Amino acid sequence: MATFFSRGFGGRRRVAEEYADRLPPGQYVETGFPVLTAGVTPRIGDDDDWALTVDGMVAEPRSWTAGQFRALPFEAIHTDLHCVTKWSKFDTTFRGVSLDVLLDEVEPLGAFAMAHSHGGYTTNLPVEDLVDGRAWIVTEFEGEPLPRAHGGPVRLLVPHLYLWKSAKWVAGLRIMDHDEPGFWEANGYHNRGDPWREERYWND
Amino acid sequence: MERLTTFAPRAPGRWQIGTVSAIRRETPRVKTFRIELPMWMPHLPGQHYDVRLTALDGYTAQRSYSVASSPLDEGGVELTIDRLDEGEVSTYFHDVVVEGDQVEVRGPFASYFVWRGESPALLVGGGSGVVPLMAMLRHKRRTTPGSTMRLVYSVRTVEDVIYADELDGDALLTYTREAPDGWTGHTGRIDADLVATTGISSGTAFVCGSNAFVEAATELLVDVGFDAGAIRTERFGPTG
Repeated sequence: MATFFSRGFGGRRRVAEEYADRLPPGQYVETGFPVLTAGVTPRIGDDDDWALTVDGMVAEPRSWTAGQFRALPFEAIHTDLHCVTKWSKFDTTFRGVSLDVLLDEVEPLGAFAMAHSHGGYTTNLPVEDLVDGRAWIVTEFEGEPLPRAHGGPVRLLVPHLYLWKSAKWVAGLRIMDHDEPGFWEANGYHNRGDPWREERYWND
Repeated sequence: MERLTTFAPRAPGRWQIGTVSAIRRETPRVKTFRIELPMWMPHLPGQHYDVRLTALDGYTAQRSYSVASSPLDEGGVELTIDRLDEGEVSTYFHDVVVEGDQVEVRGPFASYFVWRGESPALLVGGGSGVVPLMAMLRHKRRTTPGSTMRLVYSVRTVEDVIYADELDGDALLTYTREAPDGWTGHTGRIDADLVATTGISSGTAFVCGSNAFVEAATELLVDVGFDAGAIRTERFGPTG
């Protein structure tokens, strides 16, 4: 534990008791929705001009057009978001399709996934972080189509990991038999990114 | 010309206790803090450090701040901090910290929004978004003064100009709200004419500022011919 104290720092901003156990270490509560993107916000075209592909080491690679995707079972996701840049946002609502549904159709044979996005972004995840109702492909935020700045029309949502794992403008997932770092993971950030363990950077 | 630093992508720094050796007021709401570090390591211009404050009862707050200094300034880092009225870390630095104080930091982190010698390079900053860009410009001036790098810097008024006495021929200012008396340079938002003045129409671009600023600037750069894949951004500030 820290033995260093900051002279004259009283910790002015406290988290309300009801939220205290929902705020991971090192995070503060944000009520806005900051946009953090490493490059240019890509244009994916019209809302319905996209597709999602799951391929690689799977029994049956699949691609869903936007229309086919919309026919899948959607569910509401009520969750908190945690960004490695220290903010957390409570009580957000998305709508999307569980990765369990998509992965059931392709039957993953490898234990690792690389999410890839329009614009070239990538992020790696163990398949086990994508299943059991903990990851979704979402198209709506707070009852509206997902704003482009937040990854619209379609993004990955893996709220139990830092938000950089929830790839914006997701184009697909590649299932692999090995792990390799994605974009931020190659640029100094932790390979897994569990907010509760403060897995922010390489040697955390 | 000074030698180029050798940068080994070592594991990022552990938390360490640095000592504030100098505080410089840049603008009415921006100060630069030089922090001497017992375990200093060279950073890449554009990288950031994390700062952690700890209260007596164990409460902690962390924030990230870009390094403003060149990695040739060995032994410490300079963090330029904008005072956010609602902030709990920036207000602490502005209102409490004095020279000689100890602060807990770790870094350097993130190796994407960094300058590795690319030339030409166009830097586009809005407000305190100039901070990581200044690290790049300072480093370039000291290592490869002949390479092509220009800074385009958007500020509201003359009171908001950070690093005012270092903005030389390789930096172009524009005032978006109120230009000083006698100003003959650009005013208003960054536009294609201002970018054309830099003489850089392709290459690598680094854009840093509020999200709205970055969105507008990157759209402009793509419109004037920059490859979207060669534009790196760093954004701050909450939005809807």
